[in-house]
Amino acid sequence: MAGTIAIKNGYVFDPLNEINGEVMDIFVRDGKVVKELSAAEMKESKVIDASGMTVMPGGVDSHSHVAGAKVNAGRMMRPEDHYKANLQKTSLTHAGSGYTVPSVYKQGYDYAAMGYTTVFEAAVPPLEARHTHEEMCATPLLDMGGYLVLGNNFFLMRYFRDGDMEKAAAYVAWMMKTHKTYGIKCVNPAGVENWAWGKNISTLDETNIHFEITPREVIKGLTEINETLGMPMPVHLHANNLGHPGCYAITKDSLKIPDGVKTKQNMDVEWAETKMDPSRDRSVYLTHLMFNSFAGTTWADCESGVKDIADYVNNRDHVVIDSGCTPFGEATVMTGDGPAIHDLYTLTGNKWSNTDVEMECGSGVLPFTYLKSNPVHSLQWAMGLECLLLINDPWKTIMTTDSPNGGPFTKYPEVMTWLMSEAFRKQTFSECHKWANDRSELGSVNRELSLYDLAILTRANPAKTIGMIHRKGSLGVGADGDVTVYNINPQQLDANNYEALLQTFRKAEYTVKDGEIVAAKGEIVSLPEKRTYYSEVHVENEREKEMLADVKEWFRYYTLGFANYPTPEKYLANPIPIQVNGER
Amino acid sequence: MTEGVLIHKNTDTGKSVGEMEEVTLIPKKEIDIKLEADVITPDSFAGKTSEEIGALSIWQGPKTYPLSDFFEVIGNAGSSASETLIRIKGDAMRIKRIGEGMSAGKIEIEGSAGMHVGTGMKGGEIVVYGDADSWAGMEILGGLLHIKGNAGDHVGCAYRGKWHGMKGGCIVIEGSARHQLGGGMDGGEILVEGNVEGFCGIRQNGGLIVVKGGALRTVGVEMAGGTIVIGGKIQRFSPGFEFVSMENRVTLGETEIIGEFKKFTGDYAISKRAKGALYVSADANPEL
Repeated sequence: MAGTIAIKNGYVFDPLNEINGEVMDIFVRDGKVVKELSAAEMKESKVIDASGMTVMPGGVDSHSHVAGAKVNAGRMMRPEDHYKANLQKTSLTHAGSGYTVPSVYKQGYDYAAMGYTTVFEAAVPPLEARHTHEEMCATPLLDMGGYLVLGNNFFLMRYFRDGDMEKAAAYVAWMMKTHKTYGIKCVNPAGVENWAWGKNISTLDETNIHFEITPREVIKGLTEINETLGMPMPVHLHANNLGHPGCYAITKDSLKIPDGVKTKQNMDVEWAETKMDPSRDRSVYLTHLMFNSFAGTTWADCESGVKDIADYVNNRDHVVIDSGCTPFGEATVMTGDGPAIHDLYTLTGNKWSNTDVEMECGSGVLPFTYLKSNPVHSLQWAMGLECLLLINDPWKTIMTTDSPNGGPFTKYPEVMTWLMSEAFRKQTFSECHKWANDRSELGSVNRELSLYDLAILTRANPAKTIGMIHRKGSLGVGADGDVTVYNINPQQLDANNYEALLQTFRKAEYTVKDGEIVAAKGEIVSLPEKRTYYSEVHVENEREKEMLADVKEWFRYYTLGFANYPTPEKYLANPIPIQVNGER
Repeated sequence: MTEGVLIHKNTDTGKSVGEMEEVTLIPKKEIDIKLEADVITPDSFAGKTSEEIGALSIWQGPKTYPLSDFFEVIGNAGSSASETLIRIKGDAMRIKRIGEGMSAGKIEIEGSAGMHVGTGMKGGEIVVYGDADSWAGMEILGGLLHIKGNAGDHVGCAYRGKWHGMKGGCIVIEGSARHQLGGGMDGGEILVEGNVEGFCGIRQNGGLIVVKGGALRTVGVEMAGGTIVIGGKIQRFSPGFEFVSMENRVTLGETEIIGEFKKFTGDYAISKRAKGALYVSADANPEL
């Protein structure tokens, strides 16, 4: 554990404590932010002189794909992604390679170099949880956790069909514990199950094969269970019809389903000091809004439907979104939405892979390149930025590229700069296909995000949304000592000089984790221990017993024995269970 | 037996004009684990003395060593890449990646070259007096790679998992080549005096492949564009090609082919709009 550190005289941006660019000192003792250090401690402590620089909490990525079966499938499928992007080993760091799907080591270093300290893997298939944890375990530096894919789970669909919500809730609770995962992910609800039969679902009230369950019932069921259990984060929803022209309508209708579901976050944790109410107030977390916002009927007449959804989100308070920006260039598309990948394959003819994860979910992987010259791709670029600029309240938005779907996370500096600089957006408009301007509203937007807004989009709000602000996303007393220092003087910030912004975001001046400097100017300088968070959800023993009897009965049809299903704690790096629902 | 006679006109040799300084590398010892010597290019030698060149590091397995551990370095380089000639006096079969990414100047190898010779080269010239191992001229963009002996697999090909192979430049092989010649090729020319084996021009999108001799099978499979000329017999012809016409004297850019050829387009097995052209010697393939 690190000793003490003082980060002095920086311009601090800590939205959860409503600190907007005040010149302050930040002190960390034993890995936690403290009010002050004694004179004796000050003598011993490391000091970072941050005068003239920007200080923020460590970056939090609430949606990235960095571990597990489909990321690994991407790595194996793309040797060409690895041979030109590689990292030599040093006395401290491991070798690594890969651009859109880097090896776990490179991933950890690249995130830390940009100022990120916390990353959540947004899709863990239950049967692949062990593998996912093994990769998270091997990812250096980052505090991590995963969301369990439950939108097409046989057990849940059966319970929903029978209206047995108590057992469904008990099942979700047991699955979180069993697979050491943190929250609920729902991908193409009810539709992925149909993919096993070569089909999909295109409306909210269409029933699927065998289970006769509709997407509406799955979304309603999962969002209600989420609050019954008191989960840390809202359901992470990937809506139906993703990536199809006209899909914005079903996205908006899906968002209406959990409107009115009362949020109840019931975690037994010690909260860091924050000025804002730290509790979660959103009942649904819509993921990669851009991919869910196409208007029009075909790729020929398709246009941005972001405005319509943004209007809806502006008028409602139960939704938070992440953007899924597409910053152009190479990407590897990977999702639990098997049929969506098959559609992309028919569109591109690229190599692809698809898996039905028996009884639980599906997945698909395909390499993709977003080109400025392509009309649809340029429109997607504009739409991704619209998601963040047309929704007025930054506390309803989170910046992501859905890495590596829209582009690798290493492109975050570009996205941040587009958000902060209208001049940079204009520059990109001039280089890309005219659809970007003609078929979206981005050209008429002159909003430029401030450093304070940016701190919300990349730190405070991801942490708040996923219920991690008891330790992450703020610099309040008691928070983890995760701090990013960017070499930006807010007094002299010139949004027109976007080259300078890009450079500073690419390599943070300092990345501090648990009070220890882990990266300086992009170089990794130390490798402190990392953690893995998961939700240990408690429900009544009786319910769990009844539910387990059902599950064991069904396990006759699994490829592995019931006893081999759970992920033991030894697969996790420094596991931190978060007690949910208070019952011990 | 090859009836198709090839006439080259003005094949751009990429030869540098003007004076060249010569750096000679003489192998000192037997090499056990193969070397990764992507520093052996006129670009990285340019402006350096023989001592400085000898200090450049090359990989062997997990370790790096100075170039002078393996070679005696004689002579200083020219002030720029285009004024530098590198002569390797001896066999370089266990030295990989010679001339990788070079933009100008010349390399002469007075023996055989190891894998990846001339990978991604952008300009200049490499002459190999012996044979070349696999992946010669992989993803080459420009310049001339001249192999006087035989070549291995994947000449001018795309890297594993990649869609695009060579995009420009010229590869000349005086002997034969093996499988997957010009895989994923997008542009440039490959000329083979001898024979090729399977998958010649697989996934080709552009550019020209001329083989004076014959081919084993799967010529041009999955090709969507570009041109392949086979002067000898194709042992097993791929089913996705459709006969178009008989042709004499075909002019393809700077190259002219004489003799009677059957022209096919394809590969329709993959796309209905395939634009690849495959010329096959009529005399050597009477059954087609």
